[in-house]
Amino acid sequence: MSADTNKVVYMDNNATSQVAREVLDAMMEYLTDSYGNPSSMYTFGGLVGGAVATARKQVADLLGCTPEEITFTSCGTESDSTAILSALRTYPDKRHVITTRVEHPAVKSLCDNLEILTGQKHKVTRLKVDSEGMLDMAEYEAALSDDTAIVSVMWANNETGVIYPVEEMARMAKARGILFHTDAVQAVGKIPINLKDLDIDFLSLSGHKLHAPKGVGVLYIKKGTLFVPFLTGGHQEHGRRGGTENVASIVGLGKACELAGLKMDEENTRVRAMRDRLEEGLLSSVPKSMLNGHKTSRLPNTANISFEYVEGEAILLHMNRYNICASSGSACTSGSLEPSHVLRAMGVPFTAAHGSIRFSLSVYNTEEEVDFVLDKMPAIIASLRKMSPFWQE
Amino acid sequence: MWEYTDKVQQHFLEPQNVGEIENASGTGDVGSLACGDALKLTLQIDANDIITDAKFKTFGCASAIASSSVLTEMVKGMSIDEAAKVTNQDIADALGGLPKEKMHCSVMGREALEAAIADYKGQILPMAEGEIVCECFGVTDLEVIRAINESSLRSVEEITHFTKAGGGCGKCEDKLRKLLQETVGAKVDTPLVSIRPKRMTALQKIKKIEEVLEREVRPGLVKDGGDIELVDVDGDFVIVSLRGACKSCNKSQTTIKDYVEKKLRELVLESLIVEEEN
Repeated sequence: MSADTNKVVYMDNNATSQVAREVLDAMMEYLTDSYGNPSSMYTFGGLVGGAVATARKQVADLLGCTPEEITFTSCGTESDSTAILSALRTYPDKRHVITTRVEHPAVKSLCDNLEILTGQKHKVTRLKVDSEGMLDMAEYEAALSDDTAIVSVMWANNETGVIYPVEEMARMAKARGILFHTDAVQAVGKIPINLKDLDIDFLSLSGHKLHAPKGVGVLYIKKGTLFVPFLTGGHQEHGRRGGTENVASIVGLGKACELAGLKMDEENTRVRAMRDRLEEGLLSSVPKSMLNGHKTSRLPNTANISFEYVEGEAILLHMNRYNICASSGSACTSGSLEPSHVLRAMGVPFTAAHGSIRFSLSVYNTEEEVDFVLDKMPAIIASLRKMSPFWQE
Repeated sequence: MWEYTDKVQQHFLEPQNVGEIENASGTGDVGSLACGDALKLTLQIDANDIITDAKFKTFGCASAIASSSVLTEMVKGMSIDEAAKVTNQDIADALGGLPKEKMHCSVMGREALEAAIADYKGQILPMAEGEIVCECFGVTDLEVIRAINESSLRSVEEITHFTKAGGGCGKCEDKLRKLLQETVGAKVDTPLVSIRPKRMTALQKIKKIEEVLEREVRPGLVKDGGDIELVDVDGDFVIVSLRGACKSCNKSQTTIKDYVEKKLRELVLESLIVEEEN
């Protein structure tokens, strides 16, 4: 392998993303000299508290809300659980939850296991999606009931990048007095968000998807929304989340949000153009390939493409020879035996679901990398098809 | 990422004997697109029953391709009697081992080999005659029992790793546990906490609910001048309508929750919720 091909071509940013250099630089002080506890009375701790406050402001600015509405957590999953369980505890008599069939496991598994978690049986409506991954708003409207405690719908899907009309859905829930949560882990930093005038009560985000480190997340709680904490303990986060603050990561997340705001245009122009070129190039150079998910209502960085009659894990391992990193919705990559629940909900045929590859780009990708992937993929797919019993030239 | 041995990687990246023998002496076609892996094995067998050539075409992951490739290498030169004795463990061993979740790939190899030999002999495989236990992956009870015996499986999870049975909707879990108990003959470990609630078909559930309402609930209510009627069963939600004295009773909610729901949960299904018709 030449030195050139040893370089990692990272196109799996919906899985996790590289920590931005500026983020790491901002964090270092809080991993070294400034190690005080932000809750302490002395200046040495108070300065650290000030850094957390700055980060809170940076996150709020990206989301278009106030710093008081930001609660730091350990990850997106914690934020999701906190929001949904808070709503169920706030309204113990309401035993209905509305979500979708394409949620991330953080919300999906929680809803599947609500009974174990709350000791009560809840009825869960899982909204259907069409072949492009879009929701039926009439079905949603009909599902809203007086018994509904909370609606939880992702802002953008992690596998296909499809964007959901959460603004409108939140308005419809609000009109019925129902709380609304959105898992915006994939949306934050990739598309503009302004919560100020929206009816969204809870929003989850995760640091490592937008170039901050792993292990830090945020739950946005709209001012005035009733809230019951998930992690109780100390008075941190205004009593909304116990546990000593993960200061360095919080500072990093703040910086990452600031950078995301600055790079929002680039994400939606340069990154989008690279994604489009990659997508169109693959669809035209590889026969029997197809796009999964709505073409336009979609994140600018995500392309989910199925290569029929070949299997995803085999494709990924061939890509791995060239250090190209991406994901697959195939069964074999997950350790489960069935392909992605998202693609199955969309009715993607088995011939295609097993051979789906998700490319997710970031501002750190280059045109050369797109060229490289476009150059390698057709031969990889062709070599696997050559040994597939279902493939006919 | 899976931990694949060098041997698996070698056979995956440079598979041997890819293709299809024309006018093959025996063909074994197993798996399907829906299942996520499939293998077509073709054998050339001479007049002395010696396998002179073997080729494969596989749709599947790295371990499926590697298992197929190594299998063709193994059987070339074998007599069909020798080949018939090749087990899935032999295939896995030839690859230096497979992750346990991937053992079904070696099982697929063995099944294709058996099918090809049967095809050559003009026989029908007994395995296909069993009763389907896992509908998601079309696995029969005979296949499950055989895997339990040959690979000394001791849990439902292991059955799934080897045969894929139970890896889809999970509805056959109880059947698999029963097969395991019958085959092994001893008590099988059941997980301490089962995430999956006990399953009943809709019809079984409704019948049982009707029976319990009739036998256990109605007599008590009738005695107090009331009555109860089953309106609908929607998943775990049991919709009932209270009649007579119960209808106007201000304790009707308590009756439903503390009495009717409690009885149904105790005698039918722990997860049931009883609600009054609006």
